[in-house]
Amino acid sequence: MGTISSLANPTRFLSWSARILPFVSVLAAVTLGIGLYLSLVASPPDYQQGDSVRIMYVHVPASWLAMFCYLVMAGAALGTLVWRHPLADVSARAAAPIGAAFTFLALFTGSVWGKPMWGTWWVWDARLTSVLVLFIMYLGLLALWRAFDDPTRAAKVAAVLILVGFVNIPIIKFSVDWWNTLHQSASVIRLDGPSIAPSMLWPLVVMAVAYTLIFVALHLAAMRAEIYRRRARTTEILIAARRPSTAVRPAAAH
Amino acid sequence: MTHLPFILAAYGASALVLIGLIVWVVADTRIQKRRLNELEKAGPRRRRSTTQGL
Amino acid sequence: MSAFSAIIGQTVKASFRAGGGALTGLLFFLTVVTVFPFGVGPDLNLLARIGPAVLWIGVLLSLLLGLDRLFGQDREDGALELIMVSGEPLALFVFARAAGYWLAHGLPIVVVAPILGLILNLDALSLAAVTATLLVGSPALAMIGAVGGALTAGLARGGMLAAILVLPLSIPVLIFGVAAVNGAIADPDPFLAPFLILCAFTMFSAVLAPIAGAAALRLGLD
Repeated sequence: MGTISSLANPTRFLSWSARILPFVSVLAAVTLGIGLYLSLVASPPDYQQGDSVRIMYVHVPASWLAMFCYLVMAGAALGTLVWRHPLADVSARAAAPIGAAFTFLALFTGSVWGKPMWGTWWVWDARLTSVLVLFIMYLGLLALWRAFDDPTRAAKVAAVLILVGFVNIPIIKFSVDWWNTLHQSASVIRLDGPSIAPSMLWPLVVMAVAYTLIFVALHLAAMRAEIYRRRARTTEILIAARRPSTAVRPAAAH
Repeated sequence: MTHLPFILAAYGASALVLIGLIVWVVADTRIQKRRLNELEKAGPRRRRSTTQGL
Repeated sequence: MSAFSAIIGQTVKASFRAGGGALTGLLFFLTVVTVFPFGVGPDLNLLARIGPAVLWIGVLLSLLLGLDRLFGQDREDGALELIMVSGEPLALFVFARAAGYWLAHGLPIVVVAPILGLILNLDALSLAAVTATLLVGSPALAMIGAVGGALTAGLARGGMLAAILVLPLSIPVLIFGVAAVNGAIADPDPFLAPFLILCAFTMFSAVLAPIAGAAALRLGLD
């Protein structure tokens, strides 16, 4: 097996991720700084939406990451089930809370943008509804993980749910779209205009890159924490197994 | 700026959540690392895990 | 094949035994539908309008009740290991369990639904549409439910968790089930298109859900 598998070895992962994490973090911070300048200062207000269009620069990247993060988890779930790689389920486990946080941000900023635009905090618009369902699925996954005490067993079962969700997300999206066109209310202003002006596209692209870099840094760091957590757990079990007198924990063996 | 409260709310919430994530990840890494070190000091050495497994 | 029908039969029998849950599910359905008018008021026009949705949500919720029993027993008494050792496809076992679950928990509710529809002021056409959509749609709910049951098999409080995991996945079935009923009542809306999509969901889930459920059971075991 080539370089990929040697990079994916947990011990190697700890050493190379420690080296690149500072670079990714600094790069993310710099990009975020440029993105914030572009979106808050250097870009013009929209002729229709006024300055509220600036919410788009934090809303769209958050929703993009809400989906991207699920994609990462689906890839990791495949790695767990097909290649049985131990790092794959660490990756999925670490990504889930981050994905849930970005999904929450997408919902929150969408809602705050909707109030001045539509006059209401929430509309049962196809896109908002799909993201809400995605949020519930993230929380369900986290609840499933918490329900098991053995992380490897939890990882395998969660991987099945991630893939079931992955098959279902397009179906849910299609259904919600269909449901929405059936109950179309005329007052809703569509957010996606025919084309976006370059003066607004640039801040959006830079913010999207910044968010992606933030995600990469958070994900790497969370994976490191998860590896340490599992090693500590294994060591704890080993210690408990060595000393029968103190072996009072029932969940030591699985 | 028009709609200032809404923009502040959106950017503020984004900052809060992102900073929260960073703080949580950093703190979690430290806690787990310290826990692992203490356990390894206290107990027998874990078998070497340079190959598969964590 | 005889083992297949034996598992279906055993699932149905176990559900109707004392403490089996099928009758509790039916009673729960009755209660949920009865409680709705107390929430929204006794306005008959409103009830007729939301009636199909109430019946559908009632079915959805009561089908969640027995999920923790679906595979929990098999996991505890070692039946699951025996089936895996026997070389029979686990997916077929999951399918048989889900089919038996639907026969015991789903079918009685579908039969009772039109009667409860009467007290929700549904007319004959709506009653027929609700019954037809429930008949073709509820097997999909049982199949998706079986995945949830398999994922949480062996967990202490798996039933609640299974419900949380299953509900978002059931949204498409609910959407097209209720849409088909509304299509049958209100003229401009289509009936056949959502009805056929609902049938497609049932067939789709009957194929994929047993595979996913079997994977969850196998991986959750070790």
